[in-house]
Amino acid sequence: MNKLGLIINKEYSTRVKNKKFILTTLLTPLGFLLFFVVVVFIFSHESDKTYKVAILDQSGTEIVMPESNSRFIFTESNLPLDSLKSQCKNSEIDAVWLLPKFTGVDVKHYSTYYYTDKTLDIEMESRLSKYLTQSIRKYKIQQLQLNQTELDKLNTEIIIDPEPVQENVQDKSSYTSKIATILGGIMGYVIFFIIFLYGAAVMRAVTEEKINRIVEVIISSASSTELMLGKIIGVGLVGLTQIVIWLVLIPIIYIGVLYFAGFDQSQLQSISTNMDPNAMDKMEDMQLVIRELANLNWVKIFFIFLLYFIGGYVIYAALFAAIGAAVGDDINDSQSLTMFVSIPIILAIYIMFQCIREPDSSLAMFSSMFPLFSPIVMPALLAFDPPWWQVTISLILLLAFGYFVVWIAARIFRTGILMYGKKASFKELSKWIFTKQ
Amino acid sequence: MHTYKSIGNNSTNRIKLAASKSKENMKGLLTLDRVIKDYDQLRAVDQISFEVPDSCIFGLLGPNGAGKTSLIRIITGITRADSGTVFLQGQPINTLQNPSIGYMPEERGLYKKMKVGEQLIYLCRLKGKSAAEAKQSVTNWMERFEIMSWWNKKVEELSKGMSQKVQFIATVVHDPSLIILDEPFSGLDPINSNLIKDVIIDLKNKGAAILFSTHRMEQVEELCEQIVLINKGKAVLQGLVKEIRHQFKEHLFELVMNPSEGISWDGYADLLSTQNDVSIIRLAENRKSNEILQHIISQNIDIVSFKEIYPTFNDIFIRTVNESNHE
Repeated sequence: MNKLGLIINKEYSTRVKNKKFILTTLLTPLGFLLFFVVVVFIFSHESDKTYKVAILDQSGTEIVMPESNSRFIFTESNLPLDSLKSQCKNSEIDAVWLLPKFTGVDVKHYSTYYYTDKTLDIEMESRLSKYLTQSIRKYKIQQLQLNQTELDKLNTEIIIDPEPVQENVQDKSSYTSKIATILGGIMGYVIFFIIFLYGAAVMRAVTEEKINRIVEVIISSASSTELMLGKIIGVGLVGLTQIVIWLVLIPIIYIGVLYFAGFDQSQLQSISTNMDPNAMDKMEDMQLVIRELANLNWVKIFFIFLLYFIGGYVIYAALFAAIGAAVGDDINDSQSLTMFVSIPIILAIYIMFQCIREPDSSLAMFSSMFPLFSPIVMPALLAFDPPWWQVTISLILLLAFGYFVVWIAARIFRTGILMYGKKASFKELSKWIFTKQ
Repeated sequence: MHTYKSIGNNSTNRIKLAASKSKENMKGLLTLDRVIKDYDQLRAVDQISFEVPDSCIFGLLGPNGAGKTSLIRIITGITRADSGTVFLQGQPINTLQNPSIGYMPEERGLYKKMKVGEQLIYLCRLKGKSAAEAKQSVTNWMERFEIMSWWNKKVEELSKGMSQKVQFIATVVHDPSLIILDEPFSGLDPINSNLIKDVIIDLKNKGAAILFSTHRMEQVEELCEQIVLINKGKAVLQGLVKEIRHQFKEHLFELVMNPSEGISWDGYADLLSTQNDVSIIRLAENRKSNEILQHIISQNIDIVSFKEIYPTFNDIFIRTVNESNHE
């Protein structure tokens, strides 16, 4: 085995065999699951809390009583306001909703009074006003002697189906962009996550080795560039291993919990319906989504995703390695230098979110080419099927820039790794790039 | 092939050559030929040349910041000389890290989380040995040091002295022909110091050259056959230890007599001090030790003991460094 191979093997195997690695790899999906359970719990807990609301109807319109549900228990009351208020004080009921005289069908603004010592949160307020709006709408329809079926005919659902102008281009449905947005967001986020987590791991490994002083023994055996690349590749492979394990574990745990731990699908769906109460025709939607997902060129997306994954990881890991070599004996020194590498990554994630909203914008075009952003932005745009020349130029720039960054990082690394004491200033760093060995 | 940059003839030759052997007679395992290394404004290594033969313990001496580490890094291939050449076994060293060198830096370090056996095998394989060779060699060395039970211990579990032993094995495990040791005894108790010392002598007898850098001059006297003393990047003193000591002797003698007082020296020698019946005298120039002895005996005084005082390497070191600082 050559030296690079030996170093990669050492970096990989000592990490993968580490108990901490095994624990975090296995526990992280459980952590996510716990998070998920807590979210479900929070949502279901909120709907458990009920409010007893007494409605004091003085509107004179025979308003249809809103139906009680898990959230609200409505009772119509004829008692005077004061005695209802004292019921409130005694906690027999939570609120009194006073509906004053409703003057006629022409009324556009109708003020009602909600007596309570508890907070009236935004969600409750909007629900209550929705009940009343519907009741009054029914009352007005009745008063105006309108025909409900005719009224329903007024509502039209609009679908904007994008169609290609050029021939031989795949037809897209209205779901294409929605799916692409979600998929793109996930891909960009995954790369962001990996760069940050494992780039920082490379930096830590380099600094530890420097502080340990073993580095002098190592680079009398192998070149500093071999050492740097060995670390970057070794840690990168650890990252890939971890992700593959998670990709297998997470669905298994998810399914396992769904079927054995008593969570049923409806409970989970209630979360999504809470968020999107207007979702309808679920079955039809699902079929469309599946058809759209099947239409995507997965082989191409996966292959290009992998290229950007490697390119982005190598660029940032090399920068992190250079920083790791430049810091002094105190590992906390790295923070101020790390910032300069972290900022482009964080910027890239914000740009990525903007780009998936407007994939044809010039921002998307520029940032998908700029090598510090492209590893996060371009994978997010892949599902929008960007033109091949854009991908090609972006990849060429990524490759050239990657090569350049590794070259610079290697030069900073080989000088920095042998410097003890204070952390290096930017002036010194730039000098190291040009010093001869 | 290699052209040497001249740094000018006006650089005065301050090198005191105690031994004037010609290059042909010396079988140099390691040869440095006018090596120069500059850092920014500082010339860390200035025209240094010396040869380390096979089977030799060679002292690389110098005050802190003299350029020893810079020189060692050039020899180990960690950095490159700006000019001049380093030959190892007759071949010029390029930047490729040479597997026939074993280097133990002053700043010790091992992977703390790695197990001892695994770590030694890794370091040995990095020097180009196969997995099987590495395992065999690590086993042999750990048995020799009687530390086989540490094989599966992590380095962080070891004491300082223990990890020092592991570090030493890491330096020699790949059977190097040139072993560079920077303060190898620091932090070791006398028992372990002796153990390592014996191993160093044994390695020397088997043909290895040992480049030994230290500030402990008594170790230089005890172990080294040759030295080079570096100050401010320049070699200010080099040669055989025996001859250097001879060169630096000041004709001082320690004398115990009975009676210890009332001698007339008559220009044979100067009495420098007398303490507890021990007199220190300096022989006058052109006088021999036998002459002063005869002169004392002729005065009917018993000589209890008489021995020449050689300068310690400590004195030689301090004198040479101070002189070169004032030049």
